[in-house]
Amino acid sequence: MKSNQNILVKLKQASFRINDKWLVKDVSLQIEKGRIVTLIGPNGSGKSTTAKIALGIYKKIDGRVEKYTNKVGYVPQKISIDWTLPLRVRDFIILTENLKEEAINDALSLTGVIHLKDKNLGDLSGGEFQRVLIARAISKKPELLVLDEPVQGVDFTGEIALYKLIKKISDELNCGILLISHDLHTVMTATDHVVCLNGHVCCSGSPIEVAKNNEYKALFGEKASQILSRYEHRHDHIHTNEGKIKKN
Amino acid sequence: MLEDFFIRALIAGLGIAIVTGPLGCFVIWRRLSYFGDTLAHSALLGVTLAYTLEFNIAISVFIISSLIALILIDLQKRTNLPGDALLGLLAHSSLAVGLVVIGFLTFIRFDIMGLLFGDILAVTINDIFIIWIGGPLILIILRLIWKPLFASTVNYELAEAEGLNPDRAKAIFTILMAGIIAISIKMVGLLLITGMLIIPAAMARNISSSPQMMVIYSVIGGLLSVILGLLTSLEFNTASGPSIIAAALFLFILSLLKIKQSIKLKN
Repeated sequence: MKSNQNILVKLKQASFRINDKWLVKDVSLQIEKGRIVTLIGPNGSGKSTTAKIALGIYKKIDGRVEKYTNKVGYVPQKISIDWTLPLRVRDFIILTENLKEEAINDALSLTGVIHLKDKNLGDLSGGEFQRVLIARAISKKPELLVLDEPVQGVDFTGEIALYKLIKKISDELNCGILLISHDLHTVMTATDHVVCLNGHVCCSGSPIEVAKNNEYKALFGEKASQILSRYEHRHDHIHTNEGKIKKN
Repeated sequence: MLEDFFIRALIAGLGIAIVTGPLGCFVIWRRLSYFGDTLAHSALLGVTLAYTLEFNIAISVFIISSLIALILIDLQKRTNLPGDALLGLLAHSSLAVGLVVIGFLTFIRFDIMGLLFGDILAVTINDIFIIWIGGPLILIILRLIWKPLFASTVNYELAEAEGLNPDRAKAIFTILMAGIIAISIKMVGLLLITGMLIIPAAMARNISSSPQMMVIYSVIGGLLSVILGLLTSLEFNTASGPSIIAAALFLFILSLLKIKQSIKLKN
């Protein structure tokens, strides 16, 4: 029995539609303290929608959302900020919560953008802005962190470092993380629980369980399955040419 | 020496400028210029009703403007018309209805020009009270909703996701807008209130690099505009509203020089 106090958000058969089109249907999942839940799925499979349901941005839903925390950090996939606003990085960090100078510095240092603190937000590059977005979300030491494609536009080495950071934050702050990513390679090393979406939950479980699931294979192909199962470190097959799998 | 009416106008005008400064920044940030115009136009209806029912002008304008804002929100939900069409519809129809009602009120002599463009001679002690009680009240409420309002101005979903309740902040802001229009209509005139909101804030944008800075410069710009405008008005016997707005425009043009300089520096 797991203690219920660890649950931060719980979706129970949550469905959301715009007009007559269902964006997601019957999604159930829960996010607990100290655990990373990753949503994967093809484009348009409802990953961001699911995140927004969990965050309470979409309110008119069928099913239920139970939210047990108000300390939330969110890195949205798309963010349209009006660049005519005079907004420096430091102003943006304290957008939803006032912080001490020290906390602002800490967060910006963690994501490697402390030197941009007094820069205008509109002058940043895509990758720099992404790092600022992550810094903002973690600066308030949230209990729930929702990261929607958090490393888009970040250079390769930065990407690895940021995923390490996300893992570290989850451990240190003991916060629950809902992560959305396309990058199966990087994600799987840190994830506790994977939910594979395609408008509905097509399968879920540990990365290895998901990798073995036939629906997952049908959705992503055999190649993707190999990627996931590589992290198992226990090969029950050998790779032949052309990426085919031969069972032992 | 300065005349009594001039001192009254000055006190009233400065009180208004302190409030239009911060509100104007939000009008620019949230792209609400036409929304402000619509509320201001509807104020005429409020004024005529005040005369008809022998009611306080500021309160009457406040009620009508709030009502128009509510109707707008309702129409946005109910129709597929774009926002600017709805704003135009409400602005001109409420202005028209207001003017028609004035036509019926033959027993009262109306100074239409005064209503449209402001009249410093019309500022009474009573008006000063309303401005200096209502104004600070608007500022205090704005301060209270600053965080959610500003956060949702930057990004609605972030504010919503992180529990700031942006919808409530937006609704309160709408009421504050009606409030500033109500207290400043006599002074600036209903055609020019939006100018008082936008122009000092626009000037401030040109010379600011942070939101707080923009608010402060916007207030300073508004205060200077009132002083300059009223002095001109007194000197040349021009209407107070247009003189204040023209002064604000003058400051805006000055602020463009600063932009030019900073572009030169960057190169």
